[in-house]
Amino acid sequence: MIYLFYLFATISVISALFVVAAKSPVNSVISLIVCFLSIAGHYILLNAQFLAMVHIIVYTGAIMVLFLFVIMLLNLNKSTEPQKSLITRIAAVAAGGLFLLTLLGAIKNGIGIATPGGYDGGIGLVKSVGMSLFTDFLVPFELSSVLFLSAIIGAVMLGKKESTAKQMATGDSAYAGLNQAEHIVR
Amino acid sequence: MVKTDLLTALVPAFPLFGAVVTAILRRKLKGNSAGMLATLMIVLSFVCSAVLFAGHEVVNALHSAGMHQEHPAEGATHIVKLFDWINIGGMEVPFAFQIDALSLTMMLIVTGIGSLIHLYSIGYMHDDPRVATFFSQLNLFTFAMLLLVMGANFVMTFIGWEGVGLCSYLLIGFWYKTPAYNYAARKAFVMNRIGDVGFVLGLAWLFSVLGTLNYTEVMAKAGTLSTETITGITLLLFVGAIGKSAQLPLFTWLPDAMAGPTPVSALIHAATMVTAGIFLIVRSSALFALAPFTQDVILYTGLITSLLTASIGVFQNDIKKVLAYSTVSQLGLMFVALGLGAYSAAMFHVTTHAFFKALLFLGAGSVIHALGGEQDIRKMGGLKGVTKITYVTFLIGTLAIAGIPGFSGFFSKDAILMAAYQEHPMLYVATMAVSLLTCFYMFRLLFLTFFGTYRGPGSETGTHAHESPLVMTVPLMVLAVLSLFGGFLNLPHLFGGHEPMKHYLETAADGISGEHMFLSETTEWTVMAITVGLILATIALAWNRFGKKTTLDPEPENLPAFQRLIARKWKIDELYASLFEKPYQWFSEHFFSIGERMIMTPLMIGSGHTTERLGKLMRRFQSGNMSFYLFGMVMGMIVLLVWTLYSV
Amino acid sequence: MNDVITAIRTVPLEHYVVLSFILFSIGMAGVLFRRNTIIILMCLELMFNSVNLLLTAFSAHHSDPSGQVFVFFIMLVAAAEVTVGLAILVMMKRNVDSVDINQLNRLKW
Repeated sequence: MIYLFYLFATISVISALFVVAAKSPVNSVISLIVCFLSIAGHYILLNAQFLAMVHIIVYTGAIMVLFLFVIMLLNLNKSTEPQKSLITRIAAVAAGGLFLLTLLGAIKNGIGIATPGGYDGGIGLVKSVGMSLFTDFLVPFELSSVLFLSAIIGAVMLGKKESTAKQMATGDSAYAGLNQAEHIVR
Repeated sequence: MVKTDLLTALVPAFPLFGAVVTAILRRKLKGNSAGMLATLMIVLSFVCSAVLFAGHEVVNALHSAGMHQEHPAEGATHIVKLFDWINIGGMEVPFAFQIDALSLTMMLIVTGIGSLIHLYSIGYMHDDPRVATFFSQLNLFTFAMLLLVMGANFVMTFIGWEGVGLCSYLLIGFWYKTPAYNYAARKAFVMNRIGDVGFVLGLAWLFSVLGTLNYTEVMAKAGTLSTETITGITLLLFVGAIGKSAQLPLFTWLPDAMAGPTPVSALIHAATMVTAGIFLIVRSSALFALAPFTQDVILYTGLITSLLTASIGVFQNDIKKVLAYSTVSQLGLMFVALGLGAYSAAMFHVTTHAFFKALLFLGAGSVIHALGGEQDIRKMGGLKGVTKITYVTFLIGTLAIAGIPGFSGFFSKDAILMAAYQEHPMLYVATMAVSLLTCFYMFRLLFLTFFGTYRGPGSETGTHAHESPLVMTVPLMVLAVLSLFGGFLNLPHLFGGHEPMKHYLETAADGISGEHMFLSETTEWTVMAITVGLILATIALAWNRFGKKTTLDPEPENLPAFQRLIARKWKIDELYASLFEKPYQWFSEHFFSIGERMIMTPLMIGSGHTTERLGKLMRRFQSGNMSFYLFGMVMGMIVLLVWTLYSV
Repeated sequence: MNDVITAIRTVPLEHYVVLSFILFSIGMAGVLFRRNTIIILMCLELMFNSVNLLLTAFSAHHSDPSGQVFVFFIMLVAAAEVTVGLAILVMMKRNVDSVDINQLNRLKW
């Protein structure tokens, strides 16, 4: 069992690193999908079957496909992206490493959470998660539909071509006006 | 009972309605309509008060017992609660009115005299462009005064107390275009506030020891307090009374308050508002009766005030200022009565004083009106042939205040003198001196105004002087009748009466039943005879000096030294100026030069400069570079994490 | 059922914690490392998932389904966020013809 964990862990870390390092966005997307699949494997190891399925459907099936669509739609698959300067990249890696060190330092004395008795191995099944979702968390669940509605409306509004162009035009003129104003002040 | 509740609520509601309506419609109401409306409101309020009075159990009980009953019916106090007002924690202050003998008496005075003065004002103010504002403020004043006297707890009284102070300020400064009047209004306001601080502190103390401010509960629990506490509380309440009733050392605002229109002087600064202090002490007589030291303080404050101001009154030349000093002096006499524990005598004098002082002020107003604004009595004279009604009514008022037997002032002043005599003959001599001085300056005023020959500009008597219109003289006549017969409200045993007013008031104020007259009838007759004899002698003296005056009095500057000191009001204003104003100015100048210039200004300007520099520094960080922002965010997160993890 | 429990407990909780820390740090370094906005969005998704993993691990070890419900909600929010984020990205590409994050420095106005 533990070997399975190590396998999945290695896959997810390596693919995550590849997401960051890949030159082409499509490669990044593919390796992210691999990473998500290995995380689904972790879920199954934890007997969270419902989450594992939802994870695969939502992330791999919907979100990542959406990313791919956008990349192809905008024709971004040219690895012409200008690199950041070397010092920024070193700083970025250093910051990430520092953050990891801090987090690890936080748990160096163990997590300190006593595991209570009375295990129930079935909590990850649809039955128990659904029970919890539709009793204790019914109101947030219903409210999340409002969130989706606003996200849809927001995406449509942002995607509308004419009106956005108009908005940008006015924005540009406002920007110019501001520039002028600043000149006058100076 | 329901009827009583309704009537009680209506009494203050009418003036409030009038005030609001006249204030809103002040540009629409033309001519006399504002005055008519305001007067109607007060008259309606008076009618309600009168019906309440007639329905009051005590009155009926006194009637049915043929006015002989010594202990009238119980349950003479009605509390009419309109709604809960302040209800926090242990503090419960309902918006409630207390209807008993004391408040009914004051209500009748306020609305009765108030309606007469409103009526008079229609005539007096009809040329003024802001007449509607005037009537609105006058109505508002009546409303506040009614709150003051009808309130069932100290807080209600305090609200009315502040309300009348505000209206007094507004009305003194009514002709605000003259800076001196504004100054007078401000002076009145500040002086009143000094007293109010004492009042509020007294209330706070009272609440902290008793946990209630309702009159009935406070009076019931008064006996549980220690003497020191009760002395402290009563002294603080007395400070409030000093401010409102213009006693030493806060009396100087009242003479200056004569800057307002004459009806205002009559209503606020003679008949009603200034008696609020007396009312407060009578209302809480149960407290004051337990504090002998406070009573002594009241007694001597009143005595010194009345002597001092009566002496100033002798040398005043402004007709209204004479009356103002007379008011302060008479209020001092009332405080003497309060200090002696003669609460009913004080209330009786409040009532009669309201009658004749309102009459005198309105008469003075009529004279001023007749002479087209002249207020200096040295430039008057010989008016009795021209303004007959004013002359006769003014004469009645003067006789009443001087204490000629048969007039109302005689009975009420006599009651105070008797109480003083009973305490100590020297007190009697002192109060006697006050009455004689009163008599002297009042007759000086009368003679200089109405007798002799006209001394003003224009030389011919009555070339332009004229009698006032009927709307002004009718109130004068009514008040004259009241001044004549007001004494019979409380006719003493000596003249075959039964002191009905005293028995009536007994039901409301605990202190009154403790009053006992133990002088023999012979003593009373003798004392009274001496009083009357001296008064008559004083009148003769005044006639001798001023009766046929044809020349102008000298200016105050040319008087002998001592008289000049008195004419300058004992230099009390100057004393206050050097005691309080000068140090205050010194402090504010130094605070300005040191505190403001050297500390505050550099701080202000320095903080501005620092902000500006910091802003210039910080704007470099807003580069618009996303990566830089993200980097900063991560660094911040690391710092926060380290801090929260390792600082525990 | 017992073998399921033993199976879950075979892998200590600390392992999952360290793994999710590593994934989170990689995601964060990626956000700082790259200039391509779409990669940055993907790194954000990675960070979301490391948190999800952590929550699920705690939930399973505690036998408390609430943690898994939270994960569910995080997925919902992530889906909405990606929708809007990609829409913004499309608009950005359309207007400034680039997905370089440094092109967004005009936002300071």
